[in-house]
Amino acid sequence: MADASHGRDVDELSGTETTGHEWDGIKELNTPLPSWWVWVFYATVAWSVVYWILMPSWPLISDYTKGIRGHSQRALVAEQVAELQAFRAERGAGLIDAALEEIRDTPELLTFAMANGQAAFGDNCAACHGTGAAGFVGYPNLNDDAWLWGGTLEDIHQTILFGIRSAHDETRFGDMPGFGRDGVLDREQIRDVTAYVLSLSGLEGPTGANLEEGAVIYADNCAACHGDNGEGVHALGAPNLADAIWLFGSSIEQVTESIANGRAGVMPAFVDRLDPITAKSLAVYVHSLGGGQ
Amino acid sequence: MSAAMNSHKTMTIGEGGLLAFIVVGGLTSLVVAGRALDTPMQIHSFIFALAAVLAGIAVLKRYYDRPAELPPQEIDGLPNYNMGIVKFLTVISVFWGVVGFLVGLIISLQLAWPALNFDFEYVAFSRLRPVHTSAVIFAFGGNVLLATSFYVVQKTCRARLAGELAPWFVAIGYNLFIVIAATGYVLGVTQSKEYAEPEWYADLWLTIVWVVYLLVFLGTLWKRKEPHIYVANWFYLAFIVTIAMLHIVNNLTIPVSIFSSKSVIVWSGIQDAMVQWWYGHNAVGFFLTAGFLAIMYYFIPKRAERPVYSYRLSIVHFWSLIFIYIWAGPHHLHYTAVPQWAQTLGMTFSIMLWMPSWGGMINGLMTLSGAWDKLRTDPVLRMMVVSVAFYGMSTFEGPLMSVRAVNSLSHYTDWTIGHVHSGAMGWVGYISFGALYCLVPWLWNRKALYSEKLVSWHFWLSTIGIVLYITSMWVAGIMQGLMWRAYTELGFLQFAFIETVEAMHPFYVIRALGGLLFVLGSFVMAYNIYMTIRHGEREEPTREAAPGMVPAE
Repeated sequence: MADASHGRDVDELSGTETTGHEWDGIKELNTPLPSWWVWVFYATVAWSVVYWILMPSWPLISDYTKGIRGHSQRALVAEQVAELQAFRAERGAGLIDAALEEIRDTPELLTFAMANGQAAFGDNCAACHGTGAAGFVGYPNLNDDAWLWGGTLEDIHQTILFGIRSAHDETRFGDMPGFGRDGVLDREQIRDVTAYVLSLSGLEGPTGANLEEGAVIYADNCAACHGDNGEGVHALGAPNLADAIWLFGSSIEQVTESIANGRAGVMPAFVDRLDPITAKSLAVYVHSLGGGQ
Repeated sequence: MSAAMNSHKTMTIGEGGLLAFIVVGGLTSLVVAGRALDTPMQIHSFIFALAAVLAGIAVLKRYYDRPAELPPQEIDGLPNYNMGIVKFLTVISVFWGVVGFLVGLIISLQLAWPALNFDFEYVAFSRLRPVHTSAVIFAFGGNVLLATSFYVVQKTCRARLAGELAPWFVAIGYNLFIVIAATGYVLGVTQSKEYAEPEWYADLWLTIVWVVYLLVFLGTLWKRKEPHIYVANWFYLAFIVTIAMLHIVNNLTIPVSIFSSKSVIVWSGIQDAMVQWWYGHNAVGFFLTAGFLAIMYYFIPKRAERPVYSYRLSIVHFWSLIFIYIWAGPHHLHYTAVPQWAQTLGMTFSIMLWMPSWGGMINGLMTLSGAWDKLRTDPVLRMMVVSVAFYGMSTFEGPLMSVRAVNSLSHYTDWTIGHVHSGAMGWVGYISFGALYCLVPWLWNRKALYSEKLVSWHFWLSTIGIVLYITSMWVAGIMQGLMWRAYTELGFLQFAFIETVEAMHPFYVIRALGGLLFVLGSFVMAYNIYMTIRHGEREEPTREAAPGMVPAE
């Protein structure tokens, strides 16, 4: 592209002609395109053209070129999902009619249920109950022996299917009222009953609390659900208050908060999200974590 | 805009027009501030109003202080370059660079130890992440591009920058946009589009600034004294024009109210996703590639004192890059609801983009032929050459990752983060550092940088940092991708998502360490540049030799 009027200007070091122009001391050599660069570029173009012929590629007015391989990512993913479902259905066929106890007691059914349950737990449960199912404040630990709504295989299965305080009609439902919020108990009474509840498991309550008063308040307001000795009632989801396990914490502040404002943790219903085999597997898996009854 | 011929001083059209614009803009901002529907809008319109007051004072003061005659275009037959604006932009680039890298380090530490957000919403990862990306890309990178483009276009056109106030309007206006964007993120203002998070009023403001930028650049090209336009200026022009187009199309929103910071995008569903990644991908292509290739085309030959390797290659790779890049966006949406034909086109155009990208690398590296020995003695040139090497690596990795089969493993993993950072820290970072190290002594008439040894320190600290960063993200990303797709022999996913997150922890720590080294390097640079400006050995400015008198290389 050298302009003839500029004459020839050759770079001494490379022996290559320049274009004859100069900008702020910068010149440009007239080096031809590196041939490997050109050929690799052509190769990528050729590869692309082949790909366009084989695969869906160019848009038309109301359609697109389908490609001669007839490849479709949507069809493919549907096929792969169906394949996996068929594979699982075949391997898990025995679980459909088997009772939960039977699954637990039959090694080949149990192997499948545990694998299925573990995967389902990671995807559906771990976010609240933790990867190791150890729970958090407000989310029960599933490894221990304490069960709010019962720890038999059937109890666990029921909880998984319909949830707790969920939107499902058959949900488990229990109500821990806010005794302070609703004006049932005053500050002093809440202090006294807090002290009494803590004393059930040998913990120190707020200073200046009257334990005898607390016992009376407990009997009048709490015993109906939590039992006379704080042992809890599964049918109502009322926790045991006499053990060392505290869903919402055992500090004076936390227990006061529970009594004053109530508690209402929610677990969603999974009946519409999980297929029946997976729900059963999950029940067996959770039951096996250590505390199953 | 001819100055008054007699000694009587009159206001130029530019000064009067800008003052009127400032008054109208300032009053509008005040009205919006008074009736704002949300706190961020109130804060932002007050910032705009405050900026208007300060700008009004500055314009008036400048008018009263200046002589009656405007600065001449030439003095003694040589161009009277406008370098004040370049100095300002150079300093502010260094500032934003350090800030942007530091925020990056903070969020990388938050990923390794999430407790470091202190449950404080204003410093949560979700808010600081766009602060980091916008600070490094738009604040640091953008100011470097403004600084170098204003420098290079003047020098290679042998013409004074077009306009007197216009370049300052661009520089101050652009940085006002940065402040609005960053404070918005912290306050929770976002339109949830990656790299285009600022809301409608910030976008509108940037559009005005950008159009003026284009006019300044074109005006300077228009009055050039060189017969031809130098290749660096093609790249700058492609960058400015394309960014304007991308910015406008991707930010077509309808504000909920002009008193609200919220707006609704006109694109819906998958069209919105397509437009977003047409924008996102070409922001990489035209902001982070074309713009910084322009820097490479001026500063590498200048520093190496060698001619550009191949004029033909520069033409062919420029046009092929421009034509092909714009198609490649859909590769960000593989295996999504985007039609497969669009994915195919995105992928094949990415493959075809490989050589056009490498054309720039070849021209950058081969320009050193005959001057390779300088790499031993000149750490600034070394930095720029390593930058081009990183450019070559990431423009190979990019097409590779755009292949659907590879993408099915790499997508959504930290491999992508590593890829972006080898381009951002290696290519964009290093070519910018190189340009800044060149510019500072030239602009402030210093014999040399305060310390070349410190440049070496910066180079090695940040190189080790980048290597730690990208290798840890390769391992982490590939591991993550493999864990996500691992099935047991019974047909169930082997790992819960949270287990893959746990497995990432050590690599997040290594990544943060890499980031720390990169930040330390930027501190060294800032110190070195400060010392060069404040205490560097003065060099008497030599008037540029007349055209045709430059000794042949």
